[in-house]
Amino acid sequence: MKGLSVSKAVTALMLAGLVLLPLYSQLSGNIFILTLFTRIVILALAAASLNLIMGFGGMMSFGHAAYLGIGGYAVGMLAQEGVGSGFIQFPVALAASAIYALVIGALSLRTRGVYFIMITLAFAQMAYYVASGLARYGGDDGLTVYKRSDFSGLIDLSNRTQFYYLCLACLFGVIFLIWRIVNSRFGLVVQGLRSNEQRMQAIGFPAKRYQLVCFVISGTMCGLAGALLANNTDFVSPAVMYWTRSGDLMVMVILGGMGTLFGPIMGAVVFLLLEEFLSQITEYWALIMGPLLLLIVLFGRGGIMGMLGRAGRG
Amino acid sequence: MAEPLLRVEKLVRRFGGIIATDNVSLDVAAGELHAIIGPNGAGKTTLISQLTGHLEPHSGSVSLAGRDITYLPAYRRCALGLARSFQITSLLLDFTAADNVALAAQAHAGTSFRFFANARKEKGLRDAAHAALDRVGLGHRADVVVNRLSHGERRELELAVALASKPKLLLLDEPMAGLGVTESQRMVKLLQELRKEVSIVLVEHDMPAVFALADRISVLVYGRVIASGDPAAIRANEEVKRAYLGDQHVVTHHG
Repeated sequence: MKGLSVSKAVTALMLAGLVLLPLYSQLSGNIFILTLFTRIVILALAAASLNLIMGFGGMMSFGHAAYLGIGGYAVGMLAQEGVGSGFIQFPVALAASAIYALVIGALSLRTRGVYFIMITLAFAQMAYYVASGLARYGGDDGLTVYKRSDFSGLIDLSNRTQFYYLCLACLFGVIFLIWRIVNSRFGLVVQGLRSNEQRMQAIGFPAKRYQLVCFVISGTMCGLAGALLANNTDFVSPAVMYWTRSGDLMVMVILGGMGTLFGPIMGAVVFLLLEEFLSQITEYWALIMGPLLLLIVLFGRGGIMGMLGRAGRG
Repeated sequence: MAEPLLRVEKLVRRFGGIIATDNVSLDVAAGELHAIIGPNGAGKTTLISQLTGHLEPHSGSVSLAGRDITYLPAYRRCALGLARSFQITSLLLDFTAADNVALAAQAHAGTSFRFFANARKEKGLRDAAHAALDRVGLGHRADVVVNRLSHGERRELELAVALASKPKLLLLDEPMAGLGVTESQRMVKLLQELRKEVSIVLVEHDMPAVFALADRISVLVYGRVIASGDPAAIRANEEVKRAYLGDQHVVTHHG
């Protein structure tokens, strides 16, 4: 029980830190930290959505960054075509991600294991090359978003603090939804399928349709992260869909703790802060980052959340 | 005789040149406990897999309560009232015993496309789970994660999971496999209770158990049913003695 309370305390501390961060930024005059953490919160949202299929559903998708691109391009392309309203851009971003997930999922879920990893990766790379070929929307060079999504005065995305809180609200909303989903009938079936598909079929559950719905929910959530990311950087390019980005998201999930509610947030915070500070110290930061991640993955079963649990018990 | 609950007709399944199921026909009446025995390699598991939908036959048919289920996938057969236990225990190891059983109940209680309400707080499902666990004597272990259950307890849990789907027909693939003497005796007692409520097809190596439990026995050798009848008839059957029981008698006499 004490183990639970240690990881709970750390989680609570982290969440409180995220909520109070704009206050600190304002008091200390450190604007950079707010920008950095806006990015962290958005990628935590993406990692949380990946965790739904990877951690809870046992579906190792190696193409999750595709949704960051799809959500981002939906915002960028609509903005370019003169549709600046967020009330149109965001629903389109979510719908496009959902449709992509439905098609990719229906095809990929015919396979299992390594083949599933490879086929999701292949589809994401296809999305990457399609985006690179969109000459009208910048092709390889990407697309500048000159005006952030307009929510007609409801919220101003150009205001750093307001935008940060919008992202944080989206993250908390998604975590809340995931919490409800994993404890629902549907969530238990999906986790049962992760645990033992043969058994689930034998008691009467057709695997694929549950996994597909889960895949679509996850993709839609990540599309939201994509739409926010494009607004954050005022820019979207094929690079956000590149396979290394999908890898980063996987690392965040594994680092934080697969199949835990707050693990992906923890993973995103640690991963991106490490990346930020190590790259300030040396240009060879990847040489330190790589082994460090390897150590955590090798010796910290269950990621940071798992280690916190054991630290409390031990 | 009325329409049998399970009817298997001229079932054939080949693996390359080997005929693993060779023109097998058998009927299981409602309320009956029908045992299938046979030496290793006789094709018992191949036959069971075709009944459960894990393997498709090359010809012949399987029907449940008059409905042709030969080519239905496993999950559809389960919805029609066919439940099974596995020869090698197959459970959700990282779930509690109660969760395992509740999921089986959930599969038969409305849609599982419900995303918001906490399924572990659904009284109907939990009650059904606890009733099935009590039935097999695992009530006190409901909240233990399956990983921590003993082998014997897992065999009992397999039964509880099968019962929770309120089946018409229970297919038990070697439920005594790997059980000790006392555990086996408990399992036999349990099956004696269950047979009053549900029809059972029992595949089993434990001969004393089979002869104690079965209404009828079919003997499978090299994929073929060489004899089918009540225990007394099977015991007296010369061909069965030669092909199967004979070997065992020799062994027991030497032992």
